[in-house]
Amino acid sequence: MKAKVLVRPKEGILDPQGEAVANALRHLGFEVADARVGRLVELQVESASLAEANEAVARMCDQLLANPLIETCEFEVTE
Amino acid sequence: MEVRPRIAVVTFPGSNDDGDAAWALGALGSEAVPVWHEQPDLPDVAAVVLPGGFSYGDYLRCGAIGRLAPVMRSVEAFAGEGGLGLGICNGFLLLCEAGLLPGVLRRNASLRFVCRDVRVRVERDDTPFTSRCTVGQELVIPVKNGEGCYVRPEGLDPDQIVLRYAEGENPSGAEDDIAGVCNAAGNVFGLMPHPEHAVDPLLGSADGGLLLASLVDAARDRVAAAA
Repeated sequence: MKAKVLVRPKEGILDPQGEAVANALRHLGFEVADARVGRLVELQVESASLAEANEAVARMCDQLLANPLIETCEFEVTE
Repeated sequence: MEVRPRIAVVTFPGSNDDGDAAWALGALGSEAVPVWHEQPDLPDVAAVVLPGGFSYGDYLRCGAIGRLAPVMRSVEAFAGEGGLGLGICNGFLLLCEAGLLPGVLRRNASLRFVCRDVRVRVERDDTPFTSRCTVGQELVIPVKNGEGCYVRPEGLDPDQIVLRYAEGENPSGAEDDIAGVCNAAGNVFGLMPHPEHAVDPLLGSADGGLLLASLVDAARDRVAAAA
């Protein structure tokens, strides 16, 4: 099964990388009010069922992929 | 002769301050014991130091992969039993990712790598890492990091803040000017500045030696108490 995990800086957390990207885009002439930079993790998961895969990916987010203090984690599992 | 307590210095792939840390600990009266990250067990030591540098390329987040190294399970057990643990820079990040210290460190607000001496203020002198200092004392110690912006968890006990950057010195945008924190029990401490680079006046400052010598004192006390 395939999983897409989207890790994003939490709202309210300063994202200097996003600010730098927004500034660079403005330099290129784009009107950008704000940018936030996160991370996309694509996984191939060995799993017997969708439910089991969902549960495993949720634990992966908790244990490694995101730090809940500064990041949020959303994911989608497909067969 | 005074006892030279044994202090482990762990080397991860990418550590680059392990040599300086071992040298400084030796110069300050302890015996530094090199430990490789793949070792599952810690040798018989009175304290553990996780030095600065990098760990496993710092993929994902600094320290996120490094904290899964075999040795870290032993470090966690050692600290859990009240053992003395010190994390410097990347070692601080590792301790945070491992959950041994509160908070997390992010990219510097400036997005620039910072390498310079900073003044830090001692907020507590009753820890095993600051016993040779006094509250309010300012120490000059270099920082060199790209990811030193400390983010504290909600409800962090202010008593856990051991070092703060002096006014106007914050090099990374760290919240509340925090440069170093300890765990609730006070036996684990992490800081972004590098005390091991400031143990000889020839190199500009010996203030870092006060922190490391405090640790050596505490380690020596532990050895004496166990004897």
